[in-house]
Amino acid sequence: MPGKLKVKIVAGRHLPVMDRASDLTDAFVEVKFGNTTFKTDVYPKSLNPQWNSEWFKFEVDDEDLQDEPLQITVLDHDTYSANDAIGKVYIDIDPLLYSEAATVISGWFPIYDTIHGIRGEINVVVKVDLFNDLNRFRQSSCGVKFFCTTSIPKCYRAVIIHGFVEELVVNEDPEYQWIDRIRTPRASNEARQRLISLMSGELQRKIGLKVLEMRGNAVVGYLQCFDLEGESGLVVRAIGTACTLDKLSSPAAFLPACNSPSKEMKEIPFNEDPNPNTHSSGPSTPLKNQTYSFSPSKSYSRQSSSSDTDLSLTPKTAPYPQGPRIYLCPSSPSLSCGSLHLKKSCLLLSESSLPPHHSSLVSPVLRKSVSFSEELFLAASGMGSGSAGKEGGPFKALLRQQTQSALEQRGGSPHRFCRRREFPFFTLTAFPPGFLVHVGGVVSARSVKLLDRIHNPDEPETRDAWWAEIRQEIKSHAKALGCHAVVGYSESTSICEEVCILSASGTAAVLNPRFLQDGTVEGCLEQRLEENLPAGCGFCHIPYDELNMPFPAHLTYCYNCRKQKVPDVLFTTIDLPTDATVIGKGCLIQARLCRLKKKAQAEANATAISNLLPFMEYEVHTQLMNKLKLKGMNALFGLRIQITVGENMLMGLASATGVYLAALPTPGGIQIAGKTPNDGSYEQHISHMQKKINDTIAKNKELYEINPPEISEEIIGSPIPEPRQRSRLLRSQSESSDEVTELDLSHGKKDAFVLEIDDTDAMEDVHSLLTDVPPPSGFYSCNTEIMPGINNWTSEIQMFTSVRVIRLSSLNLTNHALNKNFNDLCENLLKSLYFKLRSMIPCCLCHVNFTVSLPEDELIQVTVTAVAITFDKNQALQTTKAHVEKSLQRASTDNEELLQFPLELCSDSLPSHPFPPAKAVTVEKTSPMGEGNFRNRSAAPCANSTVGVVKMTPLSFIPGAKITKYLGIINMFFIRETTSLREEGGVSGFLHAFIAEVFAMVRAHVAALGGNAVVSYIMKQCVFMENPNKNQAQCLINVSGDAVVFARESELEVVSTQQPAANCQPACTGGEVTT
Amino acid sequence: MTSELDIFVGNTTLIDEDVYRLWLDGYSVGDAVALRVRSGILEQTGATAAVLQSDTMDHYRTFHMLERLLHAPPKLLHQLIYQIPPSRQALLIERYYAFDEAFVREVLGKKLSKGTKKDLDDISTKTGITLKSCRRQFDNFKRVFKVVEEMRGSLVDNVQQHFLLSDRLARDYAAIVFFANNRFETGKKKLQYLSFGDFAFCAELMIQNWTLGAVDSQVDDMDMDLDKEFLQDLKELKVLVADKDLLDLHKSLVCTALRGKLGVFSEMEANFKNLSRGLVNVATKLTHNKDVRDLFVDLVEKAPGPLGPLHGHPPWLPPAPLS
Repeated sequence: MPGKLKVKIVAGRHLPVMDRASDLTDAFVEVKFGNTTFKTDVYPKSLNPQWNSEWFKFEVDDEDLQDEPLQITVLDHDTYSANDAIGKVYIDIDPLLYSEAATVISGWFPIYDTIHGIRGEINVVVKVDLFNDLNRFRQSSCGVKFFCTTSIPKCYRAVIIHGFVEELVVNEDPEYQWIDRIRTPRASNEARQRLISLMSGELQRKIGLKVLEMRGNAVVGYLQCFDLEGESGLVVRAIGTACTLDKLSSPAAFLPACNSPSKEMKEIPFNEDPNPNTHSSGPSTPLKNQTYSFSPSKSYSRQSSSSDTDLSLTPKTAPYPQGPRIYLCPSSPSLSCGSLHLKKSCLLLSESSLPPHHSSLVSPVLRKSVSFSEELFLAASGMGSGSAGKEGGPFKALLRQQTQSALEQRGGSPHRFCRRREFPFFTLTAFPPGFLVHVGGVVSARSVKLLDRIHNPDEPETRDAWWAEIRQEIKSHAKALGCHAVVGYSESTSICEEVCILSASGTAAVLNPRFLQDGTVEGCLEQRLEENLPAGCGFCHIPYDELNMPFPAHLTYCYNCRKQKVPDVLFTTIDLPTDATVIGKGCLIQARLCRLKKKAQAEANATAISNLLPFMEYEVHTQLMNKLKLKGMNALFGLRIQITVGENMLMGLASATGVYLAALPTPGGIQIAGKTPNDGSYEQHISHMQKKINDTIAKNKELYEINPPEISEEIIGSPIPEPRQRSRLLRSQSESSDEVTELDLSHGKKDAFVLEIDDTDAMEDVHSLLTDVPPPSGFYSCNTEIMPGINNWTSEIQMFTSVRVIRLSSLNLTNHALNKNFNDLCENLLKSLYFKLRSMIPCCLCHVNFTVSLPEDELIQVTVTAVAITFDKNQALQTTKAHVEKSLQRASTDNEELLQFPLELCSDSLPSHPFPPAKAVTVEKTSPMGEGNFRNRSAAPCANSTVGVVKMTPLSFIPGAKITKYLGIINMFFIRETTSLREEGGVSGFLHAFIAEVFAMVRAHVAALGGNAVVSYIMKQCVFMENPNKNQAQCLINVSGDAVVFARESELEVVSTQQPAANCQPACTGGEVTT
Repeated sequence: MTSELDIFVGNTTLIDEDVYRLWLDGYSVGDAVALRVRSGILEQTGATAAVLQSDTMDHYRTFHMLERLLHAPPKLLHQLIYQIPPSRQALLIERYYAFDEAFVREVLGKKLSKGTKKDLDDISTKTGITLKSCRRQFDNFKRVFKVVEEMRGSLVDNVQQHFLLSDRLARDYAAIVFFANNRFETGKKKLQYLSFGDFAFCAELMIQNWTLGAVDSQVDDMDMDLDKEFLQDLKELKVLVADKDLLDLHKSLVCTALRGKLGVFSEMEANFKNLSRGLVNVATKLTHNKDVRDLFVDLVEKAPGPLGPLHGHPPWLPPAPLS
């Protein structure tokens, strides 16, 4: 009996009138957990009842505590007929299960009904008493902390970053069960809400178990998604990064007794575990009986994927796979191969490498299989690793070989594979300083699947296998880039009828491998090598072998250190590293694309989609590249490409933040080439366009303050080419110096950056490039955590969600018209946002997150969530430098003590090496902890002063404030339905009210946990369906975030002046705020 | 391409004061957009008309949703759905309950019933205030009236407590409620030159001195109704006219009290006898309901004598602020 849940119902207020005769309500409350139900007395004739109930006690397994939500139902008592439900409150009690989070949930919760919305509020107090459970075979994972934040949470320190955890559970969707035909919409909605709540509880528990198995105590970057597959079921899946975190402000690890004031009985052995890493290290430990079920013969077309797996794991034994489709010449600019690799996957690398015309697009219908592209990339990586010595230093090469050989051994017996070891993925987008060594580029993979009924919910193997394939593909892409890890990793789906596109993307990266060789001579050398790299540009240096690049790219010597090679353009899915040297400001860059598709059924449909995908990827990429150049920038961060499938079209939307990295070369201009050079007027038109483009680039450079320091002419050519250079028109302007051309020669002729105008479409494309209007002055926007170049945020923030749906006129829709509509939709939406928030100028829209869905034939829905933050114009410049210096300094100190993460490859390759001495770590950290504790104590009363207002932000920090405590994850799912759409103000009125209600419920839960903000807030789903003829609409919303307590920095100032060493927190990556 | 749905929801509810004013003034979305365009906002911000339309729609929707809460302002403070800073909440409430001088003069002292509501069309045409705005103002009067009607204690305090209005606005509402309750006639042509402020001033004095609550300050008394006994007692004032000594005494007391405080002091002093007689005549008749209703008409007709028409301002009111 490991837990006791106690609930008290205090009072209600603003209840709706349930009895028309008396204009009053006789309310009572049912409290349900698992299968036990308690009831309060009826409080007669009041809209503000005071129940003041006894404590209802539930004695339950901690497994149930994790899975089940507490369900509170408010009813109106009726003597003669059935009691009428007023509404419900679901409370996730998970935050009460970890020792450092909330100790009590107490406050006013909106009473929610899926048909009527919020109907009054109820005051509830919830507590949990947990008993110690030493049973190692238990099914619960209480005590594992979950964070949505995709960086190390602010008041924690990463002791170990273990790696990727994933899980999914499936079930039948209650909406599609037979019983749904006879039950009321309300009952159906509630069944669905409850099921999803249960499923996400279960999912979280299972992930927690995996984390415990890895000896971690937390999941960071936890992302949970629902796939509403309709008839075929409901999938809840989650990914995250397992970590061992140490709280900075509490000496829990050392002196457990003297810190937590609210001990109760909820301490759990693992949390107390002072040095989890001392005995965790050996890779064999976590290898429990949970073997990876990757048997190739399981189902259809698995052949290819399983063989891929083997190949990718054994690149050295089969560096040149014998596939007939493979043809790779490292020096060739184009990957001319007849394989499908372009169809399903696309390496968005540092240069537009995809040839405009694929040599032979033989397209076998492969609706349910992963692409063959791995073979190709493997070949590249095989060669790369063979000769890696040249670039990364001999030890890196050694390391790579070691890891690979280790993998080989494992690859020989894939059944012994522990699942967690398989994918070196990290869902984090910001890292402790020094963690990220090199960034290769964006890797992404997509796969089109046909949904079929999930027959056995307990064995979600099909879905598991689908994702395993995709991840495998990502992994091999990363290898092809000479990278052993993928960071900023995320997964998503798009479903239309029975077709589903699974997508995954991330950034191939080399992470700090130092701890592999800990204590050995090589380690020291390696370390020295690392230290020789100047900070601020190291991550830009290419991780792959320049002689055997998997794609054509123009390399130059780093403009910062002049020692290593860098690509001319860098695309990543992560946030801008804090130590990166950026010139000027960044801006939001979007590529938007629509493609019409014939309506088709099942397989034909899937085939059509798979045929379209590579072209979309290519065009999205080209658009991004064009827009980036037009902005005069050379790197993209936070890249997120979303492909949405609809009945008769595909939509692609890519968002990223463009910046000018000082380490990369100045981007070249954009050149326009005409196909009919003899026509005089045409020529004139072309040159006119060219001039316009050049003007735009110049204007943008001014707007975003991009003034790179003048570098000696030997390196850069003229940024904008002379029109006379016709012969070299097909060249990018990242023309290189003498020394660089030497190197470039080895790649043969370069692919170039030119817009060829050979038909009207191309002309329109160029026009559309120029129609993107920059935000009005005083406004900046980005989709990353922080805006490069602005760091003097003031405390005013405004998080918002905006939704737009447009109906396309169904008459003669062409790709072109579609594109224009979509483009206008997004542009108008942004313009509206700028207008609405004009009172906040100067301000920056951060973390702008667009989601596109195609709810019906002619409907396009765009949902945007972002936060507007004001900043102080006057301080804009001065702090930049200090900031960088500070973070550098922090980086160097932190490196010494903080970074002890075993990478999958590390521990596999060197099993004999234990982890770095953990004792030293614990000793060193006593001082910051003491300080943190002090700060925490003094901050607590400050937080109380701001009770009432709950801030919400998609960022991981609150400007001008310090997060003092994480209270737990908020993960909520709501359904709202109406049968009186017109009366509720039409679709806009309905959705507006619903979103406001969702915000209110999130805020209420946070406030009840004792928090005053939600960080890393995300609206993961907003599915809206309407039927205006029937006057009906339904909407599903899923949101999540981290509930926190923050204290204003001004209130903390006294403390920090007393403790000058305030910047020893490792995780203040983007959040370091100067006020 | 038509926009089916277009919404913006902020964690902190955005309130645009200008749009709020347009909404309160009862303009349709189309009219509001046109007015905003005319204000030059497009040039200032570089926005397009479509953006303005969408923005206006959005604000209107928000206001529409908030209106339910504005009907019971304490609810606005305690509700959880819209996060609005306290200063903005106060602004929303204050503006919502604000009224037009022209409108209030039309309905002041009228019964706040359905019958009067039907006349709002005419009032709208007459005053140039949109019908929608008239309805809101009328409903506000009626709502406040309904809530405080049966309440004990200070009228102003009750209004303030239940509607969270500023002191000044609460006083105005107290006056409106008081006038509505006693049905004082204010619409006659003769009274047209009097402003709402003039009446509100009277109402305040009457509440302070003439009501049940004023006479003995027990808590369970009400400010709404005039004290019948007091009105009865007013009959005794006849002596002030009949008895010469008392008349002189009254005159000297009044003159001492008002010397230097009144612009028309000398005229008042010269005409004191006439004035006093007029006032006493009005006062002694107040036992009949009909005469109570006509109090102000009678005052203007009988009390000012030569003064009122001369100066446009009756002597029983404080000096006009502008003169």
